[in-house]
Amino acid sequence: MRLNVPISVRGSFFTRWDILAILLILGLLVFLGEASRHLLQPLSELQRQPVSLDPRNLPEYAARTTLRMLLAMVLSLIFTFTYATLAAKSKRAERLLIPLLDILQSVPILGFISLTVVFFMALAPGRVLGAEYAAIFAIFTSQAWNMAFSFYQSLRTVPGELVEASRNFGLSPWMKFWRLDVPFAMPQLIWNMMVSMSGSWFFVVASEAISAGNTTITLPGVGSYIALAIEQRDLAAVGYAILTMLIVILIYDQVLFRPLIAWADRFRFEQEPGVLPPESWVLDVMRRSRLIDRMTEPFASSWRRLLVAGWWKEVAPAKRERQPRHGWITFQWAVVVIALTALALWQVVSFVLQDISAADVLTVFTRGLATFSRIVVLIALASVIWVPIGVWVGTRRHVANFVQPVAQFLAAFPANLLFPIAVSAIVALKLNPNIWLSPLMILGTQWYILFNVVAGAAAIPAELRAAGVNFRVRGLLWWRRIALPAVLPYYVTGAITASGGSWNASIVAEVASWGNEHLQAYGLGAYIAQQTEAGDFHRIVLGIAVMSLFVVVINRVFWRPLYSYAERKFRIG
Amino acid sequence: MSNALLDIHALRQTFPRADGGELLVLDGIELQLIEGQIVGLLGRTGSGKSTLLRSIAGLMPASAGSVTYLGQPVLGPAPGIAMVFQSFALFPWLTVLENVQLGLEALGLPEAEIRKRALAAIDLIGLDGYESAYPRELSGGMRQRVGFARALVVHPNILLMDEPFSALDVLTAETLRTDLIELWGDGKLPIKGIIIVTHNIEEAVLMCDRILLFSSNPGRIIREIAVDLKQPRNRLDPRFRDLVEKIYVAMTARTPTPPKIGGAAGTVATSIDTRLPRVSANLLSGVLETLAGEYSGKADLPVFAEHLEDDELFPMADALQMLHLAEIEGGDIKITDIGKQYVDAGTDDRKKIFQRQLLAYVPLAAHIRRVLQERSNHVAPKSRFFDELEDHMSTEDAEETLRSVTAWARYAEAFAYDDDSQTFSLEDPT
Repeated sequence: MRLNVPISVRGSFFTRWDILAILLILGLLVFLGEASRHLLQPLSELQRQPVSLDPRNLPEYAARTTLRMLLAMVLSLIFTFTYATLAAKSKRAERLLIPLLDILQSVPILGFISLTVVFFMALAPGRVLGAEYAAIFAIFTSQAWNMAFSFYQSLRTVPGELVEASRNFGLSPWMKFWRLDVPFAMPQLIWNMMVSMSGSWFFVVASEAISAGNTTITLPGVGSYIALAIEQRDLAAVGYAILTMLIVILIYDQVLFRPLIAWADRFRFEQEPGVLPPESWVLDVMRRSRLIDRMTEPFASSWRRLLVAGWWKEVAPAKRERQPRHGWITFQWAVVVIALTALALWQVVSFVLQDISAADVLTVFTRGLATFSRIVVLIALASVIWVPIGVWVGTRRHVANFVQPVAQFLAAFPANLLFPIAVSAIVALKLNPNIWLSPLMILGTQWYILFNVVAGAAAIPAELRAAGVNFRVRGLLWWRRIALPAVLPYYVTGAITASGGSWNASIVAEVASWGNEHLQAYGLGAYIAQQTEAGDFHRIVLGIAVMSLFVVVINRVFWRPLYSYAERKFRIG
Repeated sequence: MSNALLDIHALRQTFPRADGGELLVLDGIELQLIEGQIVGLLGRTGSGKSTLLRSIAGLMPASAGSVTYLGQPVLGPAPGIAMVFQSFALFPWLTVLENVQLGLEALGLPEAEIRKRALAAIDLIGLDGYESAYPRELSGGMRQRVGFARALVVHPNILLMDEPFSALDVLTAETLRTDLIELWGDGKLPIKGIIIVTHNIEEAVLMCDRILLFSSNPGRIIREIAVDLKQPRNRLDPRFRDLVEKIYVAMTARTPTPPKIGGAAGTVATSIDTRLPRVSANLLSGVLETLAGEYSGKADLPVFAEHLEDDELFPMADALQMLHLAEIEGGDIKITDIGKQYVDAGTDDRKKIFQRQLLAYVPLAAHIRRVLQERSNHVAPKSRFFDELEDHMSTEDAEETLRSVTAWARYAEAFAYDDDSQTFSLEDPT
């Protein structure tokens, strides 16, 4: 909502900013049209025009993949605004929704895909659209949870005086949501959107080649291109795919996220002094172009009208804050929740138990332990490597500015692309796949440790570092007394993400193939992958359930206590 | 009364307590706001002034009693009652103009009208030229001007102010206060009455037509003082000084409590569940030294208050009285014999004196120490005492009280506290 004060004098109608802006918009329109052209075609069309490794197809594939990711992002935003808002505004809903979200976060999404695809194919039988739904849903599940969590946490920390001011000036709940809640949550939400977008690349590869029972549907996109390249052992094609991804990620960064971050900077509640505000040339173009101003003004003003629309104007009466009471309603609610939980549990157990024996369950648990020990070792190794590097980088601002975007790209990099190298090397050197496939699991997720440690080290106050220098705190003592305590809360945040992500990645990384070479490690991820291939839904569900259990238990028993300890003891300021 | 803007009758506010009981915050409040008046609510922290303000604003429904605005009961935020906040409560992502327009937008006025009125309010309050600035680009004083403009632009009948100047430095606060009184006196403000919460006694006497004094825990109106000095008021006017002195006396006068065994007259009777003021031992020493040195042991409270921040004086006075290091009577603060001994002593002896006073006159400290001594390992979890306190006060107060007693006990070396394990112990780390 910009000010209508005419800042510039009326000059020529077109400025160079206008020309740039028009180009940007036209490009966007062409892209949307091109990418959505194929959606309504019948499935047979896909078979008639299979994915080909011709690099000339890559721009189109990239466009379609991008569109899927964007649609999934829109869905994630809608989910975030509704689910998280409900959880934050209603105590009763909160008690159910937040644990649920916590579990959803821990469920390995890659195992999900084969289960949901049947449902979505039924929604649009015989058409490409059904498969597209399934793919978009898979990507959505990789983006939505952390966004919803961040939004929920922001909503709960909206400053009390601002809430009172909104009520005092008669803002309706609708207006308060858009004027206070959303802006306050915006910076954190955008950061999480970026993380989600990076993370979802990993799932694009898995979700575009969907197997539903016996048939495999391959949607044209970068992901299926990569899958095909691996199947046909085409190293050049893998290279093209990496290049395409790099370009797409760059475009995302420049056209979507950088402008968003620069724009959202004004929503930051506290401004740290000395930090330069983020900049974006795209945003500058948008802001300086008078044409865009004119084109968007009708939207802006109808948005303003919508905000104050009469039918939303109900101001909530004053509410008393009460201790949760164990009244009749609460009791009923508890009964409903317990009943639903029991029903779900019964469903899962009876479904799984249909043809599963105790031996199966035991196998899954021992495999789970195998994967668990891999992840413990990997996280430890990654920590030993990245914490010192992260601290080194974080305490040097110019290095950090350069390293952060690179690390973001690497986080988006799907492990599948390294299969060719990994598999060939393991086969050629006759290595043990149980050990040497493991690094693939942490390939994409270790960067979260680096990000967070860099952020933590950068946040050490200059005075604290100066004090360290002044008292000649050096070497091991410096690490023990200054650096490590200061980054610990950040490190734990990163490590939680990394360990959760590694579980998920194990489904892809414990089974690797390059053409006809298939390698397998002993673990829960490989188990789920195998059962997916075999189409054994009972065992897929069992595998997913056990994996979720592992993740939830580790989080509750280890990471959470560690986090609250670090937060209490070492958070600066 | 026919021209009463606001009528509060037998208002009572309670908060739920952790153990399911209720905590009384405000009790038996009677208040009328008459057109053309500025009413000041004066009291120390914990006297429920802000709660009262929020009840009037419709942000908090009454537990009992009634709030009536222009003949209508206040059940939610009422149009016509606008509020100015202590920490400004500006939306950091909206410009000055957009912040001011917010209340008008909520009223659903046409855009042209919104602009006209917003610009007029900005003009009135002296914010010309800052329309497109963001709050973070403004100084504190300018920010609070935006707060005023935002409240005035909706043309409220009643303006509520919650310590509007306490986050500003002295000179800025003075300028803003003077501007406001001037605008009010000239009838330029589109409002009919003002209620201001403050703990600055001089500010109240400068601005208000009537001042209501509040007691703490629970908040009750203990006294009403009419100020019939003409505006602009002069701080040096003897009648002004008299009023200030009178209020100091009223606010430090103790409601008589049954004397405890060993408790001297004119001192503070305390029990385990007394809320302890949050005053550092350092500040206590500083005050005693100043009192003994510069003022030879006895000072006029309003004069002595100059050394302290607005909200420090009363907690400080409470703490000194509680520990029997100083006495307050008739608007004077006087050091006791033990206080003198304390000032003359060296660091170690000071600690010994402080420990003696603490264990003798702060029952909670004595209680914790006794429990620790009785236990064989001399360790007790914080939660043990916390739960005890929570039965008598809110969670925040319990937290605050424990923190105060811990800080004093550490200084006095009466017992130790380990935050990692959240335990009290007799042993100091060796």
